[in-house]
Amino acid sequence: MTWQVATVKDIREESVAARSLVLDVPEWPGHFAGQHVDVRLTAPDGYAAQRSYSLASAAVAAAGYAASEVEIMVQRIPRGEVSPWLCDVAQVGDQIEVRGPVGGYFVWDPSRTEPVLLLAGGSGVAPLMAMIRTRREAGSRVPFRLVYSVRDPDTLIYGDELNRRVRDDQGLDVTIVYTRQTPPGWRRPAGRLTGDLLTEAGWPASMSPASFVCGPTGFVEATANLLVAAGHDAAWIRTERFGPTS
Amino acid sequence: MTNVLDWVDGNDIAGTARELFALDLTTARGKCANCGREAMVAEAHVYNRAPGLVVRCSGCESVLMRLVRSPDRAWLDMRGLSYLQFSMPGAAHAP
Repeated sequence: MTWQVATVKDIREESVAARSLVLDVPEWPGHFAGQHVDVRLTAPDGYAAQRSYSLASAAVAAAGYAASEVEIMVQRIPRGEVSPWLCDVAQVGDQIEVRGPVGGYFVWDPSRTEPVLLLAGGSGVAPLMAMIRTRREAGSRVPFRLVYSVRDPDTLIYGDELNRRVRDDQGLDVTIVYTRQTPPGWRRPAGRLTGDLLTEAGWPASMSPASFVCGPTGFVEATANLLVAAGHDAAWIRTERFGPTS
Repeated sequence: MTNVLDWVDGNDIAGTARELFALDLTTARGKCANCGREAMVAEAHVYNRAPGLVVRCSGCESVLMRLVRSPDRAWLDMRGLSYLQFSMPGAAHAP
C-alpha cells in the first residue's frame, strides 16, 4: 500500500474546533465503514508528520460524492503536528498525501444483521457517522442506536445531519449526552454517560447487539466497562481509542 | 504530563504495519509472551508519542512490539509476542 496524492475538494466547519474535509483520491479502492486513512504532511525541509484519521464518508458511493471522494473529520488538537494545519491552513485545492484504507477491526459491514449500538465520545463520532451513512446508502434495515457524548452544544459535530437522519432514516435513534453544558431546556442535566442512560438509550444485552465504542481513551474504557457490567459480551464490543481527552 | 491513559489502541498502527505486512495486522491475534493473553492487535495499547511505536499488552502492559520507521528503513522488534495468527484472505473483513 503506497502513499498517493489527494486534493482537498471541500471543507465544512463542523464545530468550533472541528471541520470535515472532502478529499479527492483518484486511485481510492473503496473502504468499509470504520476504516482509517493515514494523512502525511511534508515540510519543505523534508520533515514529515503523519496521523491516522477515521473515514467519515459512506462505504458505498453516497449521493453527491464521486467514488474517488472520501471525507475525514479533523478535530484541532493544540500542539498537534497535523491537525492544526488541516483545521486552520488547508484550503480547497491543496494537496496532501494519503494512504488507505487501513484497519479491519473497527468496521461495520452492511451485510450484518444484528442490531447496532454506536457509542461516541466527542470526535469519536466520525467512524460511527460512516456507519450511519453506509447503513442508509446500502439500504440496510438493521436498527441503529447512537449515543453521542459531547462536552457542550458548541462541540456537537454533525448536529444538523443527525437531526435530519433521525427523521428520514428509519430505524435510527440518536441520544445526545452533554457532559458539561446542555442547550437551554434540555431534558437531562449535564453529566457523563451512566449505566442507567445506556439502559434507556442502548440495546439490552439479550438482543446481542454489535457495539462500537469510539472516543478518547478514558471515554472508551469507561463506556466499554458499562457495557460489560450490563451483561454485554465483550466479544461483541469493538473499541477505538484515539488518546487523551481532546 | 504523564497520564496512564496516554495511549491509543492498536487500530492506530494499521497503516504503518501495512507497509511491512501483506495482511492487516490489526485483526491478527497475538499472544503475549509475558502473560499469555491472546488478543487482537487492535486491542493492544499503543504509545505513539515517541520516535517509534511501542505496542503493549492490554493485560500486563509488557512490550509486545516496537516499530521504528526512518525514511529508508524500518526496525521491527516482536520479541514480546509468542505468535501472531492471521485470518487469511477470503475470511471476513479483509479489506
